[in-house]
Amino acid sequence: MNGAQDLGGMMGFGPVIPEPEKPIFHAEWEKRALAITLACGALGQWPGDRGRYIRETLPPIEYLTSSYYEIWTKALLKLLLAETMITQEEWAAGHAIVPALLTKRPPLNAELVAPLLAAGTPYNRTPKALAAFKVGDRVRTITAHPTTHTRLPRYGRGKTGVIIEVHDVFVFPDSMAHGKGEDPQWCYGVQFDGREMWGPDSDPHLEIIIDLFEPYLTRVA
Amino acid sequence: MTHSHDHGHEDDHGSELSEAALRVRALETILTEKGYIDPAALDAIIDTYETKIGPRNGARVVAKAWADPAYKARLMTDATSAIAELGFSGRQGEHMRVVENTNELHNLVVCTLCSCYPWPVLGLPPVWYKSTPYRSRAVIDPRGVLKDFGFELPAKIKIRVWDSTAEMRYLVLPMRPEGTENLSEEALADLVTRDSMIGTGLPLKKGRAR
Repeated sequence: MNGAQDLGGMMGFGPVIPEPEKPIFHAEWEKRALAITLACGALGQWPGDRGRYIRETLPPIEYLTSSYYEIWTKALLKLLLAETMITQEEWAAGHAIVPALLTKRPPLNAELVAPLLAAGTPYNRTPKALAAFKVGDRVRTITAHPTTHTRLPRYGRGKTGVIIEVHDVFVFPDSMAHGKGEDPQWCYGVQFDGREMWGPDSDPHLEIIIDLFEPYLTRVA
Repeated sequence: MTHSHDHGHEDDHGSELSEAALRVRALETILTEKGYIDPAALDAIIDTYETKIGPRNGARVVAKAWADPAYKARLMTDATSAIAELGFSGRQGEHMRVVENTNELHNLVVCTLCSCYPWPVLGLPPVWYKSTPYRSRAVIDPRGVLKDFGFELPAKIKIRVWDSTAEMRYLVLPMRPEGTENLSEEALADLVTRDSMIGTGLPLKKGRAR
């Protein structure tokens, strides 16, 4: 969806403020926000792509005025309420009132944290079809404005580029985010000239590589 | 975004973040009471990213690539496996790719749509990486972004920006600083900054280790 998350090419947000490698967290609540988000995700009630989509549905003014961990916790609350893992009454009371649902995976305990994080969640799948494109092929991205989740950023729509990498077959976020299954798709690294993206005023020595799924691409003769 | 520090304390900088702190506390309370989460598991997650998984992992990968040509060759062809050789793998690093800076080309990594970042080698992303200024400007004015980091990239050097919109996660292999031929891998790793592995900085010069 054309939400506030899709920031590429926007202007007026001011300078980037560098920071040292430590501290990682800037308040105690940020630590808990990270950990709660990961621990809830580990229950298996929604895929990561759905979490991203829910963050994108925050109203733009709210998204742009929230810190990143605030965005995470606001979206987490929306997900927990949508899944009825907690109820509106519980949220209003600040305490548990009704029993927990049976989740797809059991609650994470401390011993399982290290193996879970080390294993990760591989997103690649066995190809069911040959890749439609090969390195060197010229492609044009589709112009589309879905109200649903997409990983084709606005600044990259309707643009012509060249395939420079055929990455792998990955589960398709556009499908996963909406409970429609994995629908795995080939994913490519597509190179765009800066002037194709931004016009004649672009930095002449700029290249942008965007990782794009096959349904976003059409062949250019 | 700037927050007032006038009336903040350790836990919450200003009223806006107090609300955030309260929201998280309420969530933790309800979720713990319902048995969905275990506070000890939360502590273990926090400890992992505060003390075990961070940019020193990536610095070891870079230093080994500088010191060992055979390792570098493996890293450039199958980064996920080569990084796993050093024991770094997993969440948000399932599918890794390393991109190399040269005298003609500088690489910069961004995620314009969210905050995709290679956790096993760099840890959690810094605030600026997730911020609107960086995510909006890295793709349209990357040299301007580098200037914010005090880093002027000569106009003739091509800049390649990687927008990590899918499942690949990117690590920049910076150029090895001059005069470091006799340094050990450990000493080399001390020259590798987090920002140099994102592309917003350069490694430190010899004698100026972290």
